[in-house]
Amino acid sequence: MKYAYYPGCSLESGSAAYDKSVKAVIEQLGFGLDELDDWNCCGATEYFSQNELVATSVIARNLALVDDRHDQLVAPCAACFLNLKKTDKLLAEQPKIRGKVDQALAAGGLRYRPGRVQVRHLLDVLYTDIGEQAIKAKVVQPLTGLRVAPYYGCQIVRPLNGFDNPEYPMKLDEMFTWLGAEVVDYPVKAHCCGGHMTQISEENAFELIRRLLQSAADYRADLILCMCPMCQLNMDMYQGRVNNFFNTKFKLPIVYFTQMLGVALGIDMKKLGFGKELVAAEPVIRGKLEGQTAAATK
Amino acid sequence: MAEKIGVYVCHCGSNIAGKVDVEEIAQWAGENLDDVAVSRDYKFMCSSLGQQMIEDDIKKEKLTRVVVGACSPHLHEKTFRRACSNAGMNPYLMDLTNIREHCSWVHKDRSLATEKARALISAAVQRVKHQEPLEPMYVDVNPATLVIGGGIAGLQATLELADAGYHVYLVERLPSIGGHMAQFDKTFPTLDCSACILTPKMSEAGQHENVTLLTYAELEEVSGSVGSFKVKIRQKSRCVDYDACTGCGICVEKCPRKVLDTEFEAGMGNRKAIYMPFPQAVPRVPVIDQDSCIWFERQKCRACEKLCPTDAIKFDQEDELIDIEVGNIIIATGWKPFDSKKIPQYGYGRLANVYTSMEFERLCNAAGPTNGKIVMRDGKTVPKSIAIVHCVGSRDDRHNPYCSGICCMAALKFGHLVLEKTDAEVYSFYIDMRTNQKNYEEFYQRLLGEGMRFVRGKVSEVTDAARMPTEQGKLIVQCEDTLIGRQQRYPVDMVILMGALEPQEDARELGLKCGISCSMEGWYTERHPKLDPVATMTDGVFVAGTCQGPKDIPASVAQGAAAAARVAGMITKGKVMIEPIVASINEQACSGCKICNNMCPYNAIEFIEETETSRVITALCKGCGTCVAACPAGVITGAHFNNKQIFAEIEGALWDALQPAAESSSQAETVPASAS
Repeated sequence: MKYAYYPGCSLESGSAAYDKSVKAVIEQLGFGLDELDDWNCCGATEYFSQNELVATSVIARNLALVDDRHDQLVAPCAACFLNLKKTDKLLAEQPKIRGKVDQALAAGGLRYRPGRVQVRHLLDVLYTDIGEQAIKAKVVQPLTGLRVAPYYGCQIVRPLNGFDNPEYPMKLDEMFTWLGAEVVDYPVKAHCCGGHMTQISEENAFELIRRLLQSAADYRADLILCMCPMCQLNMDMYQGRVNNFFNTKFKLPIVYFTQMLGVALGIDMKKLGFGKELVAAEPVIRGKLEGQTAAATK
Repeated sequence: MAEKIGVYVCHCGSNIAGKVDVEEIAQWAGENLDDVAVSRDYKFMCSSLGQQMIEDDIKKEKLTRVVVGACSPHLHEKTFRRACSNAGMNPYLMDLTNIREHCSWVHKDRSLATEKARALISAAVQRVKHQEPLEPMYVDVNPATLVIGGGIAGLQATLELADAGYHVYLVERLPSIGGHMAQFDKTFPTLDCSACILTPKMSEAGQHENVTLLTYAELEEVSGSVGSFKVKIRQKSRCVDYDACTGCGICVEKCPRKVLDTEFEAGMGNRKAIYMPFPQAVPRVPVIDQDSCIWFERQKCRACEKLCPTDAIKFDQEDELIDIEVGNIIIATGWKPFDSKKIPQYGYGRLANVYTSMEFERLCNAAGPTNGKIVMRDGKTVPKSIAIVHCVGSRDDRHNPYCSGICCMAALKFGHLVLEKTDAEVYSFYIDMRTNQKNYEEFYQRLLGEGMRFVRGKVSEVTDAARMPTEQGKLIVQCEDTLIGRQQRYPVDMVILMGALEPQEDARELGLKCGISCSMEGWYTERHPKLDPVATMTDGVFVAGTCQGPKDIPASVAQGAAAAARVAGMITKGKVMIEPIVASINEQACSGCKICNNMCPYNAIEFIEETETSRVITALCKGCGTCVAACPAGVITGAHFNNKQIFAEIEGALWDALQPAAESSSQAETVPASAS
């Protein structure tokens, strides 16, 4: 298996911390991800409802760009992952659309046979392909004492994801028990964060975000682990607005799971993109982990 | 001398005629196939008029062979054989070819289906010419019967036969007979006490002079066939001398090791390492659970041994293999509950006050761990509201597509018990309310009157994530109420998951041992879903109760009795016909290599030491043909399936492919033209 890497637009801007930490973690694990040359935007959640054919073609272009040396395409962003996966399935099952998409690709000198590339989410690759033993072997800073709330969001766990239970996913939970963290089994981990609802109806969006923060706080989580730029943005950037709106006092750092994985692997926090989040994560993490180290040395 | 063949093509109403042009085929066969003297089609060939037609033709036209194109031989081979027999023809000179299940029912295109039916009829005509007259054999039926499974279906079957004066071996895997019914408190819709109606049957079976009870025992192996099965039973070691034990219970009382009882108490209560599952257990002989006994763990204790007044404790007792011989077998192995953890969004195992239906049965039971008090996991709080979730693992593509049949009624029963014992509100979350047996709908109406609340919708999740102050500390059931078309949240104290009924884990394995098959899901397949519900495709093996599919107590009892009646009929008749379709070995040509001896799945081939050759024991042979194919010298013949017959059948099926070759010999000049 050889892995091509599709970072997606968010990782180039708003969620640079995700990109940075993915690269650092991958390097530390001695694992190869080859970034796709000349990739384009996946169209996010909107394009499919605007124009299915164009949306499919735009995504199919990325699949077609995966060269013969690679058979896996890894996406860290939940929306990109879902779009790529959905398109591959659509092309395989709907010959009508496929015919038109083939024409569009041919105009650019490209072609794609559905199923040639396996679309994988980064979590799946880390969990399944690298696996428990290899990851555990590289842990130098166990996350002992840190209570993490894994948040899957709603896109990675659609039924076609192929690696985790769509109703009650557990893979990220399991991975963080490997790292020694106290994993919070809270009930809303696959509920929706509202996506772009903040742009349409703030009140509804705030309520969706509040539910997530509330449940994690009820379960006494120190921080929430994300694997989608949209979710991170909603829960982090809007946390203050949610507090104002509901008169709550949430102060939960929202970080990418790769950032915390990086910490466990002993990577310097500076190289993991910490500090870009609005609710600062570093003091919480340091507080917990150093407290632990101090207790251990006593 | 050329044969005179009669061909009869059945319309089966529109079952065959709807997709196959039967008239055309009958006419074609009469005009084109050699040796066909008569060829007819008829609306229902299996009707008495259809049979009469065949009989008349055999007599009038002096037919020597008959081909019927109709349904599966499973259904009507016997019918048409009898018709031929009535007219004085050997019944094995008839061939029934299946143009319904194998053709009209499975094809969409009428012309292609017609062509296939044509090929099948042609194949049968070629084959039937080579069929030979055979004479069936008869063997005595052993009047003893084996019943596997001591739940209500097996108990009923056992008692029916035993009361009729026949001996029954009742084999039960667990330490006591009684099955799931022994775990229940009340039974729907009459609400009579489950134990009160079950235990008399249990003790009757335990004391009956015609019943040999083998509990804590499993079926190991079956050989032989209808009328004379040889069965090996593994009597697992109880570590207790069955005959010496008086059932006084001192050992159980004094045993210091308590373990969670996941079987009878469904994980709601404890038992000891030496135990009887429940007070009314039959037999009253305890077993030592070797996985939890202190002696087996670290060679200490032996309290039970020291205190036993009759020295019945035997730590060194080993499993025993018991050989029995029976004429018939009734399988009544029941069901197992769905593992509700497979639906994690319902929270079972994660949220304390989510219960399975079996757990709730024990909670309601006056003899259960709470003496019938409905309390939450803390053991004291009485719930103020309870949600009952239907179809957990049933009617769900991701788990089991089928309806488990009993859960709606069981949910209503739970509702009644809760309303009777507590002040709690009860909500039922159903997809469709299925109450379609005698007095069931009336029970539903009764619960509507009693104030049970019904919400039509499939529950999407059970969560403890409160959104409103009223939800704090509650379990929230999220569900779309499809009657008002709105998402609703119901905060409750307790949730009961009505898990599906599933086939036993090893149903397939047991089926293989007894030579019967399972459906996709793992329920045993009956001989005919409507007209032969307790027989199976293997003569002498019957099924009863939920091992054949989900059903309630009345239906299980009915099947147990039905299976017993079928067996009693066989015993009364005294003899059973064995198909003469068996293998035979040309002993003069046999080299005695013994390859066939080991291949035979029925142990039907013996080796004769004096002559150093093998011989088929015809009473045991099933005619499967394994040895025929395996014999390196080719000296084994399968009656009714010999090479000549099979090759003729293949040639017949390929009639159209062989046609040009036949023409080419008569019209040699046209060959080059058609070849180019």
